[in-house]
Amino acid sequence: MQRIALIGEKLGCRRGFRDLFHNLDLVGEGGRALVVTGPNGAGKSSLLRILAGLMTASAGRVRLDGAGETPLREETHYLGHEDAVKGALSAAANLGFWRQVLGPTGLPVEEALDEVGLGGLGRLRGAVLSAGQKRRLAIARLLVSRRRVWILDEPTTALDVTAQAVFCGFARDHLAEGGIVVAATHAPLDLGAVAELRLGRAA
Amino acid sequence: MSGAFFAIVRRDLALALGSGGGAGLGVVFFLSVITVVPFAIGPDLVLLARIGPAILWIGALLASLIGLERLFQADVEDGALDGLSLSVLPLELTAAAKGLAHWIATGLPLVIAAPVLGLMLNLDPAAIGAVVLTLLVGTPAVTFLGLVGAAFAGAFRRGGLLVAVLVIPLTIPVLIFAVSATMAVVTGPVPFGTPFRILMGLSLFALVLGPVGAAAALRSARG
Repeated sequence: MQRIALIGEKLGCRRGFRDLFHNLDLVGEGGRALVVTGPNGAGKSSLLRILAGLMTASAGRVRLDGAGETPLREETHYLGHEDAVKGALSAAANLGFWRQVLGPTGLPVEEALDEVGLGGLGRLRGAVLSAGQKRRLAIARLLVSRRRVWILDEPTTALDVTAQAVFCGFARDHLAEGGIVVAATHAPLDLGAVAELRLGRAA
Repeated sequence: MSGAFFAIVRRDLALALGSGGGAGLGVVFFLSVITVVPFAIGPDLVLLARIGPAILWIGALLASLIGLERLFQADVEDGALDGLSLSVLPLELTAAAKGLAHWIATGLPLVIAAPVLGLMLNLDPAAIGAVVLTLLVGTPAVTFLGLVGAAFAGAFRRGGLLVAVLVIPLTIPVLIFAVSATMAVVTGPVPFGTPFRILMGLSLFALVLGPVGAAAALRSARG
């Protein structure tokens, strides 16, 4: 398989009258995680949303090299601050929904629930899950649909130590298959050799 | 791709019909509007029969707008819209799927309730048939035009009456041709088919334009 790379060229982001960053070049290579760090308000989340195509950059562009014809939108998993878990639906129904919507190319729902440690809890309604369990359910989304670009914004929030280790395992497997991981984090993640991008100080 | 489309329809239906979904609210509102009208007009059966179709349509129009403001807002708040934006489905079709589910949950019950409510307004069977037919064709147009307002409400986090203010002006042509088609049955002299065909045209127009407008609103709000 051809190596892929997520490339940001001369990216700029303006929020109100403030330049969060400008002329930012970055490369997320397949197989090597790119970790974005920086103080609160430095623009990490904005940068990740731009990379995922959920926000328009005020300058520059994002492209995916080596992915052929597939649009970036259909190659990208975005795990944001919100878990997108509907309280009225069961955990399995929530995950089954995302499996259909994101493309059913990965694990079946039951296996994915087992992988994230929610085995046997599939019938519980989303509303009764704890914050950490909802997070695990959100992470299971990465497994039910195979996509080559993972964009993760504070992925381990609310996870206990074991679950953090399990999650890092998923990310390392993904990298080993040549996938791209771009993560913003404050907690150290065990992702092997990583490239680091430090965003400037908050004004 | 059709799997994703129907997954969205199924999920939104399950959410709307489940507890706290509020799908029944539209019919209850429709019922209360139609119930108070005879009290306000007084016991004039001839007058009621003449303005009945218009009253039914106004009630159905307002009832169709109920719940629209939450249609996208709920998905914006819990982050589901981010996932939906990365779906294998274009945002336009995602909006259309949500519109279809919303119509099945709130519009279709109005069509089904209309014959019973028509009896309360002293409508004869032909007029009731005409009202049901125009509602069946016209309420999807109202819902899909409403998608644009719903997308604005969700994207800019302004709910409530904003949707009604944005959407009601757009639905006026639908209202005019739906009521004139029904009146053609009640009083003549225009045949039913002439305004009804225009109504069908407006409906098809809205089915395409609504999702495209809603997707554009959602995209522009990303900033």
